[in-house]
Amino acid sequence: MTQTIHMKLDARGLSCPLPILKTKKALSQLNQGELLEIISSDQGSLKDLSSFCDQMGHELISSITHDDEFTFIVKKIS
Amino acid sequence: MTATQENNTQQVRDISMNEFDQQVFDDHFNKRFDERFKLKMAEKEAAHVPSMTIIVTKGTMDMAYPPFILASTAAALGWDVSIFFTFYGLSLLKSDLDLSISPLGNPAMPMKMPLGPQWLRHVEMNVPNLLMAGVPGFEKMATGMMKKTLSNKGVASVNELRDICVESDVKMIACQMTVDLFDWSRDDFIAEISEWVGATSFLPIAQKADVNLFI
Repeated sequence: MTQTIHMKLDARGLSCPLPILKTKKALSQLNQGELLEIISSDQGSLKDLSSFCDQMGHELISSITHDDEFTFIVKKIS
Repeated sequence: MTATQENNTQQVRDISMNEFDQQVFDDHFNKRFDERFKLKMAEKEAAHVPSMTIIVTKGTMDMAYPPFILASTAAALGWDVSIFFTFYGLSLLKSDLDLSISPLGNPAMPMKMPLGPQWLRHVEMNVPNLLMAGVPGFEKMATGMMKKTLSNKGVASVNELRDICVESDVKMIACQMTVDLFDWSRDDFIAEISEWVGATSFLPIAQKADVNLFI
């Protein structure tokens, strides 16, 4: 199943907490149900992003590790 | 059976009947109460906005990061955040941020070259205290190296993090006593300071917060 990505966020090269802060900002520009793709190179973002989604009620649809890069797809819920 | 005896029996029956009712009532009430209580507590928890207060007392570059990182992250999670800047911590609110870091008396600070060949960057230099204290400009050099390391690793600058905090409505509270103590002027500080107060005004905010930190 292919889903439309509504926005892409390149957070590569940024360290904690910037990937999370930028994710939060990007999500605020989306409508409920839309998808955000985030690429980051920060090891910490792997756990932190999923914790962020848990706490904020957003749905972490996928999280893929590719060498030193992480790609996340988040569905805006609230 | 005499009239008195009959009366007594009737009373006994009434009491045991009442006790029975009471028991049924209590059981029912307790069950309902437990159900409602659970529901109400869950409602209350869902409506609760977490809050954090931080007391910032240090004004060096290394001590500027933790409060601004924690505050900006908490704000991103929707928390209510207030930071009280006191003593040297107040300098983190100056309009012109010029923060330094000192490796002197800071033995846990790694001393590594942020430039040059890779093998050199991994060498931890063991600089004697005497040198750190005695060589003019050593602190300035260490600060420059730390800034380079931070930007190499994609860590935001203190200025950037402070701006994010301000944008995300983190309440910046400044200690009035400190500005008087060091003969500073309120004009030297950012305009976004929400109030200039003392401990008496800050403590009630801290009292109601879920998380209190002292940095």
